[in-house]
Amino acid sequence: MQTPKILPCGDSALTVEFGSVIDPDLNGMVLALDEIVRARAPAGLIETVPTYRSLTIQFDPVETDYDVLVGLLTEATKDLAPRNSVGRRWRVPVVYGGEYGSDLEEVAGIHGLTPNQVIEIHSSAVYRIYMIGFLPGFTYLGGLDRRIATSRRLHPRAKIPAGTIMIGGEQAGIAPMDMPSGWHNLGLTPVRPYAPERDPVFLFAAGDEIVFEPVDASRWDAMEKAARAGEPVAEEIRP
Amino acid sequence: MIDLTVKSCGPMTALQDRGRLGYQRFGVSPSGAMDPRALALANALVGNPPETAAIEFVNLGGTFACEGGPLRLALAGAGAPLKIDGTPVPPLTSALLQEGQVLEVGHPRSGTFAYLAVAGGYAVEPQLGSLSFHLRSRLGGLKGAPLQAENRLPCRPEAQAGAPMQLSVDIPEDTGPIRVMLGPQDDYFTPESIRLFLESEFTISSQADRMGFQLTGPKLDHAKGFNIVSDGIVAGHIQVPGSGQPIVLMRDRQTAGGYPKIATVISADLPRLAQLRPGAGVRFRAVEREEAVAAARQLRDWIASLPSKLEPMHFSLTTEHLLSRNLIGGTVDALSSAAHD
Repeated sequence: MQTPKILPCGDSALTVEFGSVIDPDLNGMVLALDEIVRARAPAGLIETVPTYRSLTIQFDPVETDYDVLVGLLTEATKDLAPRNSVGRRWRVPVVYGGEYGSDLEEVAGIHGLTPNQVIEIHSSAVYRIYMIGFLPGFTYLGGLDRRIATSRRLHPRAKIPAGTIMIGGEQAGIAPMDMPSGWHNLGLTPVRPYAPERDPVFLFAAGDEIVFEPVDASRWDAMEKAARAGEPVAEEIRP
Repeated sequence: MIDLTVKSCGPMTALQDRGRLGYQRFGVSPSGAMDPRALALANALVGNPPETAAIEFVNLGGTFACEGGPLRLALAGAGAPLKIDGTPVPPLTSALLQEGQVLEVGHPRSGTFAYLAVAGGYAVEPQLGSLSFHLRSRLGGLKGAPLQAENRLPCRPEAQAGAPMQLSVDIPEDTGPIRVMLGPQDDYFTPESIRLFLESEFTISSQADRMGFQLTGPKLDHAKGFNIVSDGIVAGHIQVPGSGQPIVLMRDRQTAGGYPKIATVISADLPRLAQLRPGAGVRFRAVEREEAVAAARQLRDWIASLPSKLEPMHFSLTTEHLLSRNLIGGTVDALSSAAHD
């Protein structure tokens, strides 16, 4: 493991960069450091933002002693072990194909598989939430089986509905709200990763794991009703 | 109960405070006032803490009335004029809006963002700890929306108390280049690009909003490609996509992004940049951390000093009197968008 780099982001932030690629161990280091920084809460700390490969730390330029902060980070990163033990694993119900996942057949065709095989492959993987960003609650999921990795659509859609289960390249995701997307839609879940009126507002956190459970379309209405009533619908399960 | 009622306003008129801190890890932009200095001025005039939520005007003004008044309020920023029933309210003073009167906020004349504060603040429920409106998250403002005609903003009872006040304060001058600290990815650029970035004049393009300001100028070449694995984004980051034309990321920025960032605007100079209008020229100067922190402290001290500069309004106060004290000129200069260099 190379020594992480501390990159200045103006007078009010810095980024600790562990590497430049997408890798579970790098991400585990980011999450481990995130935990330490938040626990130590150095004077003037405002917030931390874990991403794939780096931790951005925002602080008050007047309250924070920069040298003290860098000292803390240097010490904390010396013997850092990646945090790969997950706190939570979520089971997310998905209705695949048809009007729920309009690209399922196309994706199957691209890879010479049947739609059922794509569903089987997509729903047997364990996905890791590397980071949340782009939109509130948008999960960047790693762990997609290469057999169904599919390059992005030639023509992005201006709007896909909240709850869309999608894949793009080797990434997978769940749309937290209606959004533009160039990824392929495999299915739909009533689960809302982000609901401003619900407690908790955000269901998932970076470092959590997600598994998808295929469910029959006949269950859709009941599940959606529960989600509307503020229930998570996603179930927390033991890893 | 006192209500400020909206009769008309521009499409992005919305509540803004310090911003929504602590949720960037969940993909929520902090948002917050684009010019915290002007927000602090408006708040100081009505006796509020500097980061209390106020109505932010973006390019356009609006008209308001009140029910259950009088309502004590103040406007600051971008040289936007304020009138009550057609009578101008002098800059850097607070005013009383009586029931039945019409409050008219004119278009910002020398910048983009102006703030209307009421004594005690607006009695609106915060979302995730802030009243700041953020379009993409549908958070803050009035139930996730900007203001529009017919909206009623409930105000606290404190809004009625007190007489009009004035601020006798020196407004720091907005001159000189916008100061930046290089990094976090300045090593992704050729030395020639860094030189061009620091020595050229850029222009604020028409694509400038609360999310980011697209600049046009000499093409900045990357030394090792323009795709990086997405990392965290903070206000003031200057990212350079494949076009070689920099974008300064502002309060409503996305939380993470995949373009290299050549430099970061220092916190004290970001409000100044925010008030530059499309078409204005801008230059950058690289500074060390020491100077950036000193500037942040200076701005902090200036904001903290505002309440001590508040005094009862002299009713003989005239525009001529204010001009003689250079208050109007000072305000316009300080909170203006003019590029001075």
